[in-house]
Amino acid sequence: MKDLIGIKELSRQDIEEILNTAKAFKEVLQRDIKKVPTLRGRTAINLFFEPSTRTRTSFELAEKRLSLDVLNFSVSTSSVVKGETLYDTLKTIESYNVDYIVIRHSSSGAAKFVAENTFASVINAGDGTNEHPTQALLDAFSILEIKGRLDGLKIAIVGDIIHSRVARSNLYLLSKFDTEIRFVGPPTLLPQEIPDNVKIFFDLQEGIEDVDVVMILRIQLERQKGAYIPSLKEYSHFWGLKKELLNYIKKDAVVMHPGPMNRGVEISTEVADSSQSLILRQVTNGIATRMAVIYMLNPKEV
Amino acid sequence: MEKELLNEQEIERILTRITFEILEKNKGAENICLIGIVTGGVYIAERIKRKINETEKIDVPTGILDISFYRDDIKLAKTRKKIKPTNIPFSLDNKKVVLVDDVLYTGRSTRAAMDALMDFGRPAEIQLAVLIDRGHRELPIMANYTGKYIPTSRSEKIKVYLKEFTGKDSVVLITQ
Repeated sequence: MKDLIGIKELSRQDIEEILNTAKAFKEVLQRDIKKVPTLRGRTAINLFFEPSTRTRTSFELAEKRLSLDVLNFSVSTSSVVKGETLYDTLKTIESYNVDYIVIRHSSSGAAKFVAENTFASVINAGDGTNEHPTQALLDAFSILEIKGRLDGLKIAIVGDIIHSRVARSNLYLLSKFDTEIRFVGPPTLLPQEIPDNVKIFFDLQEGIEDVDVVMILRIQLERQKGAYIPSLKEYSHFWGLKKELLNYIKKDAVVMHPGPMNRGVEISTEVADSSQSLILRQVTNGIATRMAVIYMLNPKEV
Repeated sequence: MEKELLNEQEIERILTRITFEILEKNKGAENICLIGIVTGGVYIAERIKRKINETEKIDVPTGILDISFYRDDIKLAKTRKKIKPTNIPFSLDNKKVVLVDDVLYTGRSTRAAMDALMDFGRPAEIQLAVLIDRGHRELPIMANYTGKYIPTSRSEKIKVYLKEFTGKDSVVLITQ
């Protein structure tokens, strides 16, 4: 495999191999020396055309733990603002002989475009509203760690699904396993076309009843120009996950959030900090999962 | 063409001898630990651990080491081997570490294993025990304890079958 553009193109076996490898990297991260020489002498560049702190930091740490040399390239400091096209930016970077390109871009399909035009291995770190594959993989890894399996689980994805590449990647991933997937949210935030294997709920309490996993999505404040919700206060009232609601999920169920959280909007402070919350574990597991992805890819020999 | 080189009984005797050699060289089992290299070495290390326990009544710390992340041929490999997580739940500082592997060939796995061990601490000494030495070293490495030396050609293959993995104990030479 040269690139990781989306979960959609992966088989169940590909996913299982990545998650199994991530387990080995998680052990590496618990050692005194949290670094392996695996990719010494190779170079990675983090190409971020959209603001991101945690995904970029997570990738950067993953790369460094694999002994890669790392370059960071973010839009505010780049020549893109001077009018350079994505293709020319890419060709410039390629002249540095980089082996791995991690890209985040506001346009869906940007990662695929880059992958088709370079010898380097490309990892999609989020493209528009399309996919965010490493987030889905780290979510699956975190669930697997706690539950020991994905098959047979009931999983509710709650909130701003229409704008969420995290939701899409998770939907693709969980659909490759024998899971019950629920979309829970106001009709304005659900996509128009929903696959047959997804159950729809317009009520939070009903939607999360008896589930094993609740994935809360961030309300994307920056994408709310289309007036999808009347107000944040109203959203929080009807769709925010509050402590009382934890009574409706299974006793050993877990709550997840890809971050960054809007505390008090989509998730209450008590829930975010509860023992059922996997949120910080997700951050830790993100590094091991991203190491596994980079390790599994093979750049094209030039 | 397949030819059996060692059967169950012979493997058993060899491991008993290696166990005693380890005990003799180290004057007992104090301060020793065993590290099995994935996959074959893990089972052999477990067996040596049991044998040490039978004679010395000491439970020697035993760990599992996967060397994939330390290999020097990742650029040549088109696919990635399945990885078994490393598990060394004890300190290696000032320990006499006995690395255990099923087959010693080019020496590159041993080199990778030694690099990995250094990331876990500062062992007093690293020793190497192997069931089969088939020659063709590409690095200046030799075993402290060798089960059987078997001269081979590079086109031949050595397969080590162990009960824990395949249900039988046998070492086979495969000639194409």
